[in-house]
Amino acid sequence: MSWVSDLVNAISLGVVYGLVAVSVGLVFGVLRQVNLAQGEVIALGAYSLWMTRGLPVAASIAICCVVCVAMSLAIQVAIFRPLRGASALTTLIVTFGLSYALEAVWLIAFGPNGEPVSMLSSLNSVVLGGSIALRWITLVEIGASGLFFTGLVLILYRSKIGMMMRATAEDFQTARLVGVRIDRVVTWAFVFGGLSAALVAVLVTVQSPLVTPSFGFNLIVIGLVGVVLGGIDRLGRATAGGFVVGFVNSLLGAVVPEQQLVFLPMLTFLFVIVILVLRPAGLFTPRGSIVERV
Amino acid sequence: MRPRLRLVAELAGPLSLVVVVAVAGSAMSIAQQGNAINVLVTATIVVALYVFIGNSGVWSFGQISFVAVGAFAAGLLTSPTATRQTSMPTLFKFLATTQISNTESLVLAAGLGAVFSFLAGLVLMRLSGLSAGIATFAVLEITYDVLTYWDKIGPGATTLALVPVTTSMTVGAVGCGIAIVVAFAYQHTRSCRLLRASREDPVAAQGLGISVFRHRLVAFTISGGLAGFAGALFVHELGSISTGQVYIDLTFATLAMLVVGGAGSLWGAVLGGMGLGVVDAFLSNAENGVAFGSVNVTLPNGMRVVILGVLMVVVLIIAPKGVTGSREFLERFLSKRPGRAGAGNKPGGSLAGGASVADDGSQAVPSPSRTQS
Repeated sequence: MSWVSDLVNAISLGVVYGLVAVSVGLVFGVLRQVNLAQGEVIALGAYSLWMTRGLPVAASIAICCVVCVAMSLAIQVAIFRPLRGASALTTLIVTFGLSYALEAVWLIAFGPNGEPVSMLSSLNSVVLGGSIALRWITLVEIGASGLFFTGLVLILYRSKIGMMMRATAEDFQTARLVGVRIDRVVTWAFVFGGLSAALVAVLVTVQSPLVTPSFGFNLIVIGLVGVVLGGIDRLGRATAGGFVVGFVNSLLGAVVPEQQLVFLPMLTFLFVIVILVLRPAGLFTPRGSIVERV
Repeated sequence: MRPRLRLVAELAGPLSLVVVVAVAGSAMSIAQQGNAINVLVTATIVVALYVFIGNSGVWSFGQISFVAVGAFAAGLLTSPTATRQTSMPTLFKFLATTQISNTESLVLAAGLGAVFSFLAGLVLMRLSGLSAGIATFAVLEITYDVLTYWDKIGPGATTLALVPVTTSMTVGAVGCGIAIVVAFAYQHTRSCRLLRASREDPVAAQGLGISVFRHRLVAFTISGGLAGFAGALFVHELGSISTGQVYIDLTFATLAMLVVGGAGSLWGAVLGGMGLGVVDAFLSNAENGVAFGSVNVTLPNGMRVVILGVLMVVVLIIAPKGVTGSREFLERFLSKRPGRAGAGNKPGGSLAGGASVADDGSQAVPSPSRTQS
């Protein structure tokens, strides 16, 4: 029966990468630009959890959310506002440089060995023992992400700002012509991106508590792979892509023996190249639909 | 007279910079000489990057894979066969027994880099923009993964040691000079001019019947060959190599140098590589403690990466064409109309990323363009 727990674990890792993909996809949808520095938002969120380890859990999480949103907005003001209109690739290069610089900042501030975040470690306890080994955190991950996705969909489809975001993603120029305040839409995209980063920080630190300087970069690279595989053009597809990458990675990790597992990145990235060449619009985009090549 | 003078300046500028670094380096202490050689080798890598990125306007994160392949091939085949057989028992037989000279290893590395980049380019050069960036990054990850874990072709996760240290100041300077001459010769070929046309306007270039794919592939292959060559110089400079040294760190550092110098010109690549190389050497000295008069200053470990990164971001935002404006050496003064870029070397539109206003103001579009690839 261990396949049940493997499956549930795979789903829980899938939703985490789905969340990473959401934060990339939201910004890309509105601006057509890539924000690789989102990984460092996650990293700072995780470090903030470590810094507030003396506080009650709820306060710690609240501070983490505030920190992530603030940093996300700071990146939007300092980097994305001056680069408005630049190509996706330019922003990829800029945010790559920014990520690397920030990683070095974490190295200076927190040291190379990493800091343990043990805030919610009780969630690592077992729900069901015996043949189906399940931990609380997997259920929490699935539940919390489910709530986040539901909330996001409700906002996107039931609120005015959501409608504006969808309109901007559909056609930037026309949306502006009919009076959508682009700056406000962009700000909200970064706010939601920051919130999902905070959620990722909380969930991932429970499973792997050691926060090292490259904590965020590793997450965002895999997340970006997922976004590209799913189709960066549409938020739903990007999220699904992130989910699939996390899901497949977790499942393969459980099935394949460790000696062969070291070549998993090679296979993953070979797959990325194949998809980019054969299905540049992503796996989940129906064949024949007209999508710009990004 | 002027066009010929411009050509001379275009080659003489970067070459004289090489001479300056080599001569100044030779006059310094042994430790600083090592730094100067490193500056020359790093600049060679940046020139290799420039040949593809600068001329095509397509950003690649993958060129360090070719450096890695060149470095490991050259290092492995010049290291003593006896230690190879004891420390790497899993190697393929011909890799364990073949021994080549250092000069041969430089040629071999260049050849391997060119072949590898040609094969990768056959697939990758069909992509452009963001997907090209991500796909080249994927090549870097694949190369790193294979080199780190496949112990039949190299040392795997361990460090390859006992490589003969032959990259002296002279070899480094000559090597960097060769790369500069190749890049210079290439950028005056017909193929490169057509490639630059496609950089300025891919759609119009294709409309004129230019095969963007073919000319990009040529540039990618030459760039890969130079990168492999630089990798061989690199391994013979260090005397040992591990996969971590030719991975994201080096990708980041060399891209930052290219961006800051100005990705659209050979002068920009060399100036960026040398200039930031010197800054980098100074900062890593300072991370170990450096005396300013009587005050001893020690920068925290990692500060050089922060400074490089911040420089890269700031330059890309406020001057996307780099400190040289992506102009060749003295181009401004030797062009017919001073102050404006000359005909063949107009700064790259796609390199500027559309973020800034071009010289003639044609790019002043403030909003994202849906048609941008």
